[in-house]
Amino acid sequence: MNSGQLLLISILLSSFIPGIVIFCLPEEQHRLRTILNLCGSIVKISLVLLMNAGIYYGHIFEIRIPLIPGVELLLNGDPLSALFATLSSVLWLLTTIYAIGYLEGSPNRSHFFGYFSLCVTVTIGIALAGNLVTFLLFYEMLTLTTYPLVIHRGTEKSLRAGRNYLIYALGGGAVFLIAVVWLQSVVGPVDFSEAGFSPSYLASHSQVLSIIFVLLIIGVGVKAALVPLHGWLPQAMVAPAPVSALLHAVAVVKAGAFGIIRIVLDVYGAHNLLLLGVLPLLGGIATITIIYGSVRALQQDDLKRRLAFSTISQVSYIALGMSMVDQPLAVIGALVHLVHQGLMKITLFFCAGNLAETLGIHRISEMNGVARRMPFTMAAFSIGALGMIGIPPTVGFVSKWYLGLGGLAGGNWWLLLILVLSSLLNAWYFLPVLIRAWFAKQQGPWPEEMYIGRFETRLMLLVPPLITAFIVLAAGLVANAQISPLAWVRFIVRGYTL
Amino acid sequence: MIFFEADTPAWMIAPVILPLIAGLLCFLFNRKTFIIALAATLLNFVVVCFLIYQLLVFGSMRCYIGGWRPPLGITLRTDGPALLMLLMTAVTGLAVTLYARGYFSHRISNPLRAGRHQRQQRYFWPLWLLLLTGLNGLFLSNDIFNLYVTLELIGISAASLAALSGKPASQRASFRYLLISLLGSLTYLLGVVFLYRTCGVLDLDMLQNLAGNGAGISTALALLTAGLLLKTALVPLHFWLPPAHANALAPVSVILSALVVKGSFYLLFRFWFEIFAPIVTLPALNFMGILGAVAVFWGAVQAMRQHRLKLMVAYSTVSQLGYLFIAFPLSRAVEGVQVWSIVIFLALTHAFAKSAMFMAAGSVYLHLGHDRIKDLEGVRSSLPITVFAYGIAGVSLMGLPPSGAFIAKWMLLNSALTSSQWWWVLVIISGSLLAMIYVFRVMSRFFVIPKEYTLKKGEALSPLLEWPALILAVISLSLGLLAPWILHVLSQGNTGIFPGGLP
Repeated sequence: MNSGQLLLISILLSSFIPGIVIFCLPEEQHRLRTILNLCGSIVKISLVLLMNAGIYYGHIFEIRIPLIPGVELLLNGDPLSALFATLSSVLWLLTTIYAIGYLEGSPNRSHFFGYFSLCVTVTIGIALAGNLVTFLLFYEMLTLTTYPLVIHRGTEKSLRAGRNYLIYALGGGAVFLIAVVWLQSVVGPVDFSEAGFSPSYLASHSQVLSIIFVLLIIGVGVKAALVPLHGWLPQAMVAPAPVSALLHAVAVVKAGAFGIIRIVLDVYGAHNLLLLGVLPLLGGIATITIIYGSVRALQQDDLKRRLAFSTISQVSYIALGMSMVDQPLAVIGALVHLVHQGLMKITLFFCAGNLAETLGIHRISEMNGVARRMPFTMAAFSIGALGMIGIPPTVGFVSKWYLGLGGLAGGNWWLLLILVLSSLLNAWYFLPVLIRAWFAKQQGPWPEEMYIGRFETRLMLLVPPLITAFIVLAAGLVANAQISPLAWVRFIVRGYTL
Repeated sequence: MIFFEADTPAWMIAPVILPLIAGLLCFLFNRKTFIIALAATLLNFVVVCFLIYQLLVFGSMRCYIGGWRPPLGITLRTDGPALLMLLMTAVTGLAVTLYARGYFSHRISNPLRAGRHQRQQRYFWPLWLLLLTGLNGLFLSNDIFNLYVTLELIGISAASLAALSGKPASQRASFRYLLISLLGSLTYLLGVVFLYRTCGVLDLDMLQNLAGNGAGISTALALLTAGLLLKTALVPLHFWLPPAHANALAPVSVILSALVVKGSFYLLFRFWFEIFAPIVTLPALNFMGILGAVAVFWGAVQAMRQHRLKLMVAYSTVSQLGYLFIAFPLSRAVEGVQVWSIVIFLALTHAFAKSAMFMAAGSVYLHLGHDRIKDLEGVRSSLPITVFAYGIAGVSLMGLPPSGAFIAKWMLLNSALTSSQWWWVLVIISGSLLAMIYVFRVMSRFFVIPKEYTLKKGEALSPLLEWPALILAVISLSLGLLAPWILHVLSQGNTGIFPGGLP
């Protein structure tokens, strides 16, 4: 085993082992649990950064485990997996800190943090998967490790949401399995590193390959919450706030979006898809999802539900960008949005959780004047919301800028129209919230004020959203610097011939 | 001392003799029965590992008992599939022995009806060891009449084990089980008689050479098949299985569901795909496949409708057995389908996962005093390991990666898609989704936090009641990772398994 393989294994184990140990810890040992969690995530971030440096300088990170002829597990660190792995490990650290503060004193915390660690292990596995079989393995595991988190509260309502989540996710997984086996029986095993199978199959199998593409997109589209496969997401809001943050920004929805990217860029490859002519289908669904999600978000009074529909809408920018895979600028916009949307959305969810935990505020109509009571939380929230609308200098602007440029370069003027329309809708459902919070007068007491102390809320709940909000601003301001997500995405896109 | 040479075929008598002697010892001595049983199952495991080593080094072997060659004497033989089934039995057997110890100790520690539980334990050990003798004999025998003897041994000891619980429901179920088992054996015996009339030999190798000429052989195969299907509980002959399995004591349910049905299936499969392969027709294979598909659906739908956990697990067995038969028609779909690998992966995964599930169900029953699915709240906090084992076992049954069932389903899907047989794809996938529904229906109840929740610890169960289940579940989930090794063992010494050479 060479050092690269060792590094890949350690990246997975750095959250797997703490997870298993945490399962075995008694409920009362919260100090040891906290130490394990934090050490694990810090070690993971360092290892992932080490891998990124290696990838940048052209090292090969690859583990192959053959199972049966034609089926092998393949872990492969490439620039794209580095992007997703970095995002997950950094946000995992912040979410862990947040969750420790959030869950103080609630039952079954060992289980919660155990599954939490397993969940991030699986997410990193998705990032590192080097072929469809490995991707499928971790994709199914992701469903199973997030299910206990969704139903963590153990109420009937959360069980119902959990059941729906399972049916959607495992149903999607089954479709995905059929598609993977079918694709393999037509074109043989495809490694992601090949960036698409040989075009020679197109002549004889173009119809079958189009059907398989649709099935694959359905399979990952369930998790990416493409309309009409999005039904589970708003319901899953019953989960505790850190779980929602994780589901929306890092793990589940992102895994689906990441799957779309992999399928388009690395399984089919841009040239094959252009010849097959199925990309307008993807673009159409993405457009519908963007508009539908925004319109539904407008109608919600429940803050978390509004954020959920906003996620549905925002994640589809990635699918939209991938549908114009012949335009490098659009691909850059899609890839960078994977990171940017995660940062913005996790900030918003942290803040929503703070409002609920500190003041018992769940509805937008209860938010009048809340910025005076919790100025830091609402400042972070505002940065996240402005980012979603796409106001410079936040990262949201960078994503939309590149998507728009890509659309213009390809002569797709309608894309610009969609971007403008969607931004208007975003502004329509976020700005009133901000105006209410900052400028309206408080009406009567807060629904349930639970925390009174030196800061506006517990420190562990306050710091993570401030950090992510800071990154939302900073990464937008220094988007051209060497260490920004945008620079890395450019590095990724240079690797493809589009 | 020729017996102690590493390449002596006589070693393969050990898995038959060891449990037999231990079983007799258990009858003779009333005390220390657990120690005897543990020693026997441990030794059995070691010997099986040694036999696999022997197979990998020296290839397939035959042992002629007493030096009498067929057609006079009895032959035992080892090959890849037989030894993998032996290994499955040995591993599950070891876990069951440990679990049964914990189970009986827990029940005897309860002063209420301790005497009755003591009696149950006294009969359990020798019967279980006899059953193990029968199973090991069945996997090793190469003689069609000798196989009848092992079938009878298995049938009678299994029915007695099922009757141990002593409740009226279990008495009724086990009596029916006994009758069905006898009926199956008799039908089988009739088939053997037909064969002997036609061919004049009982040895399987010789029969294999003679198969294809002789009008009576098809009739004989039909009779053998009918008898074995009855014992394997393929729909519509499954009616006896759920009550018999669900009403037995927990360790007995494990043995019946994980091992006993596999014995008769293994035999059936060998007849169809090895010994009498030339006379098997495509319509017959399709017929078996259709029955299998019906079983997958019927079992799963029934499992979803059950109110008791053990019944649910028993119906899941009916459903999972159906998958074994779906491999039949797909064996001819494309060239070079490794139908043996499919079946072995399915059988092994099911054996380990189903044992883990029944063990978990038994522990939950001991803990709560009931197994009503709607009242399983809060078990997650008090029995975390058991719940975890149940979950992992369920995931393996659903065929999610990296379980062995995933490998099998991959192969099945691959041959169905390559030959454009869409209906099989639908059957395979919807069976998995139905399994998901019945597994998680229970799982979600475990996660409900009861209203009057406190952090107090419930009465802890012995580790023997929790860990064997978890270990078996983890094995079943990681079987897919062991796939290269399993395929390697499977390919040893049997050219019929991979006709086109090693994959």
